[in-house]
Amino acid sequence: MVVFALFIISKAGGLIYNREFHSGMNKLSSNDLLMLAGSFHGMHAITRQLCPNPPTNPTPSSNLLPTPFHTRATGLEVLESSQFRMQCFQTLTGTKFLLFTEPQQPNTEAVLKKIYELYADFVMKNPFYTVEMPIRCEKFDRNLDGFVKVRG
Amino acid sequence: MSGTTPASAPGLRYPSNKKTIYDRNLNRSKNAELSRAAFAYLFIEMIGYAQRGAKDVTDLEQRLNNQGYPIGIRLLDLLLSRSSNPLSSIRPTRILPLLQFIAQTLYRHLFGRPADALERSGSDSAQYMLFDNEPMVNTYISLPREMSNLNCAAFVAGIIEGVCDGAGFPTEGVSAHSVGEQEGEGAGDGGKGKAMWPGKTVFLIKFKKEVLEREEILGRG
Repeated sequence: MVVFALFIISKAGGLIYNREFHSGMNKLSSNDLLMLAGSFHGMHAITRQLCPNPPTNPTPSSNLLPTPFHTRATGLEVLESSQFRMQCFQTLTGTKFLLFTEPQQPNTEAVLKKIYELYADFVMKNPFYTVEMPIRCEKFDRNLDGFVKVRG
Repeated sequence: MSGTTPASAPGLRYPSNKKTIYDRNLNRSKNAELSRAAFAYLFIEMIGYAQRGAKDVTDLEQRLNNQGYPIGIRLLDLLLSRSSNPLSSIRPTRILPLLQFIAQTLYRHLFGRPADALERSGSDSAQYMLFDNEPMVNTYISLPREMSNLNCAAFVAGIIEGVCDGAGFPTEGVSAHSVGEQEGEGAGDGGKGKAMWPGKTVFLIKFKKEVLEREEILGRG
């Protein structure tokens, strides 16, 4: 499993976590990263409005990614190019997890679910973490490393 | 309001079957389990509550200790009354049985596993050390850099202190210290162990002088 990077964007659109797991990629300045996160947040909101299908009530079994409201359309979920694939997972509270992997990577949703689980454990249950602030939790980093690097 | 409550003067009201919490069987919740997440969220609030008005890390640890103390006193009576062997349901009167009670029975009740090691300090004969490789209360806690010498297992230290005091072994204090350092530190084979368990904690139990004197008299007679 080759995971390139993980970004976490808060409800307000600010980048609260970014981590690269693969070396040899172009380095972006921190300002660029913040702009990237902000642009994605805006784009996600726009694409949610642009959904061409009328919103239908999805049956529980076909709902792979949970949406905030069952009858509303979701925003941008997957962005694929020849070099990478970006998957976005939005939680029920509006926090977005962006996962960058190689294009042929299967099971990105399972990976995202596991990352969400690690987030719920080591970030949300940390007494010293203020919600929506940049994530500086050592145990989250360590477990994320352990999960991403061991698999595959 | 439902019509079953009697229209009476203010005061403690009892449920209609006249049973209070004190009438419940003590063994009813013997094997009850608690979700780790539920405790984690409660612990977040406990730490937050202790942090308000705490001047520094030592004060915060003392407040967490105070939060655990009443639990220790109650657990001593509860665990002794629940012990299956009637001969062992009296409180321990010597130091070693007390510490074994804490390391085995108390720990198993709280965390489902016994404590990892129990040692007597070489330098100070009044001090005993209880080791826990990864305290369950610290599983989800990542310390910020400015509080790196805080150990939230001070709460468990308070429970241990409550048990010691309740059993008649007054202590100067029970404190929790992190000994899980990076590799390259520590002499001897203790160093390797620390790298494997970064959250390793030692509870330092320091008994008062009269406890040691009594122990010596009992040992002689």
